[in-house]
Parts: sequence; structure tokens; C-alpha cells
Amino acid sequence: MKTFKIGGVHPAENKLSAGKAIETLGLPKQAVFPLSQHIGAPATAIVKKGDVVKVGTKIAEAGGFVSAPIFSSVSGKVNKVDTVIDASGYRKPAIYIDVEGDEWEEGIDRSQDLVTTCNLTPEQIVAKIKDAGVVGMGGACFPCHVKLCPPHGAKAECVIINAVECEPYLTADHRLMLEKPEQILVGVSLLMKAAKVEKGYIGIENNKPDAIRLLTEKSKDYSNIEIVPLKVKYPQGGEKQLVDAVINRQVPAPPAIPVSVGAIVQNVGTAYAVYEAVMKGKPLFERVVTVTGHSLSNPSNFLTRMGTPMRQLIDAAGGMPEDTAKIIGGGPMMGKALMNAEVPICKGSSGVLLMNDKEARRAKEQPCIRCAKCVGACPMGLEPFLLATLSELKDWERIEKEDVMSCIECGSCQFTCPSHRYLLDYIRYGKTTVGGIIRARNAKK
Amino acid sequence: MANKLTVSLSPHVHGGDSIQRNMYGVLIALVPALLVSLYMFGLGALIVTLTSVAACLFFEWAITKFILKRGCSTLCDGSAAITGVLLAFNVPSNLPIWLIIIGALVAIGIGKMTFGGLGCNPFNPALVGRIFLLISFPVQMTTWPVAGQLLAYTDVNTAATPLALMQQGHLSDLPDTLSLFLGNNAGSLGEISALALLLGGAYLLWKKVITWHIPVSILATVFVFAGIMWMVDPAGYASPLVHLFTGGLMLGAIFMATDYVTSPMTHKGQIIYGVCIGFLTVLIRLFGAYPEGMSFAIFIMNAFTPLINTYCKPKRFGEVVKK
Repeated sequence: MKTFKIGGVHPAENKLSAGKAIETLGLPKQAVFPLSQHIGAPATAIVKKGDVVKVGTKIAEAGGFVSAPIFSSVSGKVNKVDTVIDASGYRKPAIYIDVEGDEWEEGIDRSQDLVTTCNLTPEQIVAKIKDAGVVGMGGACFPCHVKLCPPHGAKAECVIINAVECEPYLTADHRLMLEKPEQILVGVSLLMKAAKVEKGYIGIENNKPDAIRLLTEKSKDYSNIEIVPLKVKYPQGGEKQLVDAVINRQVPAPPAIPVSVGAIVQNVGTAYAVYEAVMKGKPLFERVVTVTGHSLSNPSNFLTRMGTPMRQLIDAAGGMPEDTAKIIGGGPMMGKALMNAEVPICKGSSGVLLMNDKEARRAKEQPCIRCAKCVGACPMGLEPFLLATLSELKDWERIEKEDVMSCIECGSCQFTCPSHRYLLDYIRYGKTTVGGIIRARNAKK
Repeated sequence: MANKLTVSLSPHVHGGDSIQRNMYGVLIALVPALLVSLYMFGLGALIVTLTSVAACLFFEWAITKFILKRGCSTLCDGSAAITGVLLAFNVPSNLPIWLIIIGALVAIGIGKMTFGGLGCNPFNPALVGRIFLLISFPVQMTTWPVAGQLLAYTDVNTAATPLALMQQGHLSDLPDTLSLFLGNNAGSLGEISALALLLGGAYLLWKKVITWHIPVSILATVFVFAGIMWMVDPAGYASPLVHLFTGGLMLGAIFMATDYVTSPMTHKGQIIYGVCIGFLTVLIRLFGAYPEGMSFAIFIMNAFTPLINTYCKPKRFGEVVKK
């Protein structure tokens, strides 16, 4: 079975909510929309206090080419344009909307009917995706339309759909595949048409045999879409790892991107959002979110309107357990620990994971015994022990030469370290610093 | 939820591996060899091993507490106990207690703690102790008791090791290969049974404490190099199988050369390291002044480990091979 070649680890899967069908979560009392929910320039608010909005009304305009507009997920009145602490832990500008009723914008097709015919040109599809604010829904939130317009000199040959969901605990993508397979396949063919490619792959890890079976069966009508079962290994959902696993091509070091080797990678949730945007005229304002954790009484998958506070999801999944000591936005390997439960669900929120006191605690760091397990685990072929030490010593020149910028921050090194060293903390510090140095150097040129 | 939330960076889970798990894995893997040595050398093996482990633990504790003035966090991790067992395995079973204690002091004190303790030593501590004893007390370190004297300790009949016989040119006096493999011959107390050591090695591989690269590259090199010499002159040189099953080769290849701290980080580096160790071992055995070269070979290659680490980088993802 296919997988990526270098490194990787096997965290316990803990897919507690895999058997739970997607439920629609009730409306929040107030929805909060941070203006930077994507990589790139923040969106600019186009509503002000007192404005009345509907479900699907555009409330913020894209702030540039690498940016995305934001749409209201609720109907009601704008309470204020202020700031909020989002999943990153920083205070960011945000629009607060008080919910009144549930009135949708006209032009959104709310029926469940499957639409498969599309007469739009590739350019029109890209424009629709762009105008619907669709971004990568796996977590990085890279605006979808940017990936569909490769930089000069690069030519796309295939679209690879990331349905790996290699993060432990998360099941949102898995449930989506089981419940909306036809829609996803239409979405994939739209992406292929938009990118002007003839071949599409959907990479699914082997721990989701039901999804592989279902999509293989449904994709019989699509001769150019291939379902690729992949061996379970983290971080297979990393873009470069997925391209390596599916089409056996290795993306070179940054600034190269997957399209440099002909691949456009999109998340399976993104494919679904593209279907809804193009075929149903529905902008991106809701998504499937997994709420999970061992202490939670009822781990679930919720179709959630953006802007809903995480506390509401936790309450719907059985309430906040007494022993909660850490709330993580996303999965346990790359997710971010949150400051509080009021953080709103954004475009990239794939899950909410609650950890108890024992799970949340980090073990004490011990001396490095140079066992090289981090070197064996690194999917990018780096030497994490060395990068961490260089970062500790602030040797920025050397750490750049050791390719710190190639680190994808997957955490495999720290996961595997017998000495429980905080390798990724140090490597991130080095990476951020070197990133700044490189930007300053390029600015001078 | 009155308690405060922990906010830390990802990853938020850990694989559960620990220094202890690896170190105790090595100790478990050393048990078969210990049982064979108890069966062959009886009381002497027991006294030497217990003294060595106790002395190593004591020096680790004392130096951490009184000289480095740190908490004793590394005492229970098993690393000092491994040094103790390996030191004992590398000496004859009739070595007097005071010599073992000196060996342990040199191993832990000079070999390990001088450099800052666990993870910082450039040389395998047990080897430092062993080589110090061998050079300083050559007579005691090279009188090997004959196996089977279970209740004797220092007052035993002694015999030459197979390697000493080889060096003196008495090839016809060598024990047969099967008894070499099983361990029925004279030698340091832990090195005699290739079978027991291989069992331990299999356990380490199964538990993923070590990878195959270092042991296999050492054993293969010794086999090939000794085999070439044997084919050139079967009367002058012992067969490659004899080389594999005698002396400290198995013990060194499986347990000493694979020491995490002092071996290279990448698989490529580990193979270079292993091949060089195997080559140096046979070179010393056949042409050197000492009958056994394993300790020296590992010791020399330990010194090259930083250099190997500098030049043997793992292959970066997406790296284009320059032509």
C-alpha cells in the first residue's frame, strides 16, 4: 500500500466519534467572525454597527489576491466591529453579530438535490470559488482560488484531494465522505475543471475502509478520478507527504510548492465547499467540526455555523467535563491550545479536543541521549535534535543552513523523543526567527 | 471547570517512549548472556557483576550529588546500571573487587560525568573503564578462568582465550566452532556466548531499541575481511566463523557500539561507523599487539562519530541529487 517514503510516526488513532453521524448544531446567540481566517491579507469589514445581515451576506471583503471574503452565517444585527482572541491566541479584529431568526440570502439553493451539470468555464468556476470565500479547510486555510492559479512557469497536471485525516481524534472529513460522497465527487471534478487538469486523486488512509469502499463505488461514473488507499502513517496529510504518497513525486525545498511538480492539493472538505459554492450558490459559512475527548460524554460531529463559540459545541456534546485542563482547536498533533472556550469556530476549525489534567501535562525534559529517533521520525529528512540545539544556542546562520525552513511543524520528532524534549518549541522559535531574517534580507535586495 | 487551562504548543500527545524504556530494554537483553556467564563461571561472575553495577550506581549518585550538585534524576534511568553490567561483561570473572571498583570509577567518573553526564560523553563509559584497566593492569585483565569452576572466585585455574591462541599461532588448539558459539570457552564473563548475545540483540531489534545498521555492518565486515584472509592462507588465519564467535565481537557489535550517545545519528553514518569498527577489529586481531581489538576499534570510532555526523546528513525531502 502506498505511503510517503521518509519518516513518520503512528500516534494512537482515538477516532472516538467515527461512528457518529453529522448533526446540525443549533444557532448561537451571537456569532463572532475574525477578519483573518486564512493565510494572507486579512479581510476588510464592509458592515458597521447596526447593519442588518442575512445568512450568506458578505460582511468582509478580501484584502488582496491572497485573501478571502467572509460571509455571515447567521441573520441579525451587527453588534460591533471589535477584536477577539482567536485560535492562534492573538487578539484579532472581528465582527460581532447578534442573531435574530434565520433568514437566508436569496440565490442560495437550500435543497438537498444533487446538481451535477456545470456549463461554466474554468475561469468562471475560479471566480465563483473566490467570491464564495472558500479556503483550504484542513487547517492551514490557504485561499482555494490561489492554488488554482499556478504561478508563472508551473503547470498543474492533477488535483490531489486530501482525505487522509491523519490527525488522531478528528473524524469530520471521514463523516463528510460517508454522508456526502456524490457532492464531494462533483466538487473534485469542478476543481479539476477549474485547474484544467485531466486527472484527480482522492487519498484516503486505510483506517477508513468504509469511506474508501463508498467513494470507490460512487466514483465509477468518473473515469478520471482515482481513489488511492494509503497506509496509515502520520503526517500523511502534509501536502508534500501526500503528493509523495499518491503520485511519488517529491516537492523540492521552499519556495517550491506542490504545483512545482504538477500537483494541486485540496482538502476533501474544501471539495465539498467548492460544490456548494459553485452548484448551490452557497458561500462558505458552515462546516463540519469534530468535538471529542476521552472525558467528554458524547463525542460528536456537528455541522456548525462559523462564528459559533466552541463552548456551544462542547455543551452539545455533553458539556464541559470537570477534569478539562486543555482545549485544543484542531487535532492533538498540530492543533492549538486555546485560552478559553469562547473562541469562535472559523473556516479552518476541524475539531475541538478536550484533554484532562493527566493528558494535558507534559513530561519533564531529560537530557538528549542522541538516540536519533527524531531523525528517523522526521518526514522532511531533517535533524530535529540539531535544529533544536542550534535554536537554543541562537546560531541562526547555521540553523538556516540546516534547512530549518523546510520543517512542516508536524511534531513527529517531539512525539517520538524518549527524553521528552520540547524539540518543536525550539525549532519553531528558530524557524520564526530565520523567517524574519530571510524577509529582511529579501527586502534589502 | 474552575481550574485553569493549560496553553502549550503542539504536539499535545507523546508516543510514550522514554529513556527508562530503552535502558531497561538493554538490561533485559543482557540477561541471557548473564545467565550463561553464571552457568560457566558461577560465583565469580556473580560477584564481579554485582560489584560493578553497585559501584557504577554509587559513583553516578555521588558525583551527581556532591560534585555536579544536581538532583539525582539520572540515577534511576538505568544508564549507570548498563555501564556497570557492560563493564563487568568486559572483564575476566576472577578480577579482584578493588580493581572492579577502580574500573567503575574511571568509567562513570572520567568516562561519563566529566563531560556532563548522560548524553554528553564522547566515549562509551564502560569501554573507558575497560581500556583503562586493560592498560594499567594487563596481568589481571588477561588471565582467564577456565569455565566450570562454579564456586571459585579469584583462586581459579586459568586458560588462554581463543584469540590468544590465534595470536600465538596455535590454530589447531582452538575449540570447535559450536562450543565457541554456545559459550564453552575462556574469555571475559559476558562475551563468551554468541548465542546468548544474539538472543539479546534480537530482543533489542524487536523492541526497536536499536536498528540493524551498526551490528550487521560490523559483523558483515569482520566476516568478509577475516574470510578473505582465511581464503588466502587457511593455515595462518582462523576461519571467519571463529572470528565472529570469539572475543568481544558480539558483545561489542550488539551492545557497545550501538550505544546511542556515542554512535552516529544517520543510518548512512552508522554503516560507515560499523564497517570501520569491523575493519579495525580484524586489523588489530591479525596484525596488532593485542589479541583482541574490539574495544579499541569502538573507542577509535567513537572519536570519529562527531565527524561522521557532520558529513552524513539524512537525505532531505525533495532533495535533488547534484550530478
